[in-house]
Amino acid sequence: MSPWLFWPLITIAMVVVILGLILAAGFTVFGERRILGLLQNRYGPNQAGPFGLLQAIADAVKLLTKEYFLPGFVDQKLYKLAPVLVVVTVLLSFVVVPIGKGISFAADFNVGLLFILGLSSLHVYGIFLGGWSSSTKYTVLGSIRTIAQLISYELAMGVALLGVVLLSGSFSLEDIVLKQDIAYIFLQPFGFIVFFIAGIAETNRLPFDLPEAENELAAGFNTEYGGMPFAMFFLGEYLGIIFISCLTTTLYLGGWHGPWAESYPLVGVFWFALKTLALLFFFIWMRASVPRVRWDQLMSFGWKYLLPLGLVNIIATALISALWM
Amino acid sequence: MKNLKNWVGEITGAFSATLKHAFAERDTVCYPAEKPDLPERWRGRIILTVTPEGEERCVACYLCSSVCPSSAITIQGAEREDDERRYAEKFEIDFTRCIFCGLCEEACPTRAIQTTNDFEMGASSRAELVYDKSRLLENHTGKYPDFDYFKRAGVPIRGKDVGEGANEKPPVDVYTLLP
Ligand code: SF4
Ligand code: SF4
Repeated sequence: MSPWLFWPLITIAMVVVILGLILAAGFTVFGERRILGLLQNRYGPNQAGPFGLLQAIADAVKLLTKEYFLPGFVDQKLYKLAPVLVVVTVLLSFVVVPIGKGISFAADFNVGLLFILGLSSLHVYGIFLGGWSSSTKYTVLGSIRTIAQLISYELAMGVALLGVVLLSGSFSLEDIVLKQDIAYIFLQPFGFIVFFIAGIAETNRLPFDLPEAENELAAGFNTEYGGMPFAMFFLGEYLGIIFISCLTTTLYLGGWHGPWAESYPLVGVFWFALKTLALLFFFIWMRASVPRVRWDQLMSFGWKYLLPLGLVNIIATALISALWM
Repeated sequence: MKNLKNWVGEITGAFSATLKHAFAERDTVCYPAEKPDLPERWRGRIILTVTPEGEERCVACYLCSSVCPSSAITIQGAEREDDERRYAEKFEIDFTRCIFCGLCEEACPTRAIQTTNDFEMGASSRAELVYDKSRLLENHTGKYPDFDYFKRAGVPIRGKDVGEGANEKPPVDVYTLLP
């Protein structure tokens, strides 16, 4: 394709995908509210549109039309930068996820997994800076917890991912999916557990939603945000959940693999969406079920259980693949 | 190992418990379409009631406004020309301040001020939420159909002497008790 056609097409595709993802995040919020309601003997939002489906749109319009308010005591540059960082890093991570056979922007990027890990660390910076620059006690406490959380899970997550890399022999997500004739959740059950728990911590979801912790810290790191910047944090969080679900699907649940997915890529997209939705449901179900842990509990759990488990897993994987493959 | 078993048990227990609730009966109601069942003693919109004869019960004793924790009640008392009975010339409750604690109702000796189970008081301006006497006064006796303070109180008023009230015996004539 000539570059004159390539770049406009790619730009259009990106805009479409970004809009799609934002809509998906909006509907995840809606789905979460309905499902939480279901699990907690309530109804959830069911007034706007059929089944309340338009609630996501209504929320978006409300947040977008709110007054933009800049508190006087904040560190302005970082305060404005933080929400952008949170959203952009997650949106960028989606670039390397293959959602069907050959359907992705850059799934064959040869360090895709490292790219994702790097962006996920940057994502945490967004949350941390957001709280730090607002400089009130709740936000600063939230930020400190973010960092405490980061150093608890990140190593374990990287170590767990190494198991997948060992088995597939590649950092590119496309190769990893292609190699998964058997989904890696069966070959790497402990790696999966470690990765998924670290992933929950990464998305700041219950039971690890320490930086936000509504009932202790007002709204944690985003207490001082309102209107559009708040909406971006919100978007970042839900995009993060979608992304971790996509990544778990890709790495451990066989990505788009499924009946007829080889010959019809669109069927692969369907399988991928199905697995991702199941994981999303699990995230929401978990929010309804488990209580929040303390940050020191998370830290000791991360270092005393997750990391050793990840290490044992990777050593065992290395030994077994060296002996049998 | 035992710890691990406990953890897994607790977590799976939590998950199955919430899943069970998905099929349970809803605890909430779809409000505007379906009205909730409010208990009789619900503390909602405050009203001023009248005696069975249709006289205003309030005697402007200021007890309710003194007890009100959020100073929502403003009263100005006056006395009627004909029978010297006190009444509230002005009676205002500012519902933007009221916290519906019900203390005013408990304090009122004449059972004039009462809470009802109406809570739909939405208004589009604050001024609308300051209810004056014309909006507070209702032409019924509220929760106490036969209560009339003046019939029960021992004080004599015009038209009722000592001993003529309800549940009251005529006063003892001390001179008849002489030995
Ligand atoms: S209910 Fe409580 S707050 Fe309201 S007017 Fe009565 S005493 Fe005051
Ligand atoms: S409403 Fe009751 S407590 Fe309040 S002034 Fe009247 S009689 Fe007194």
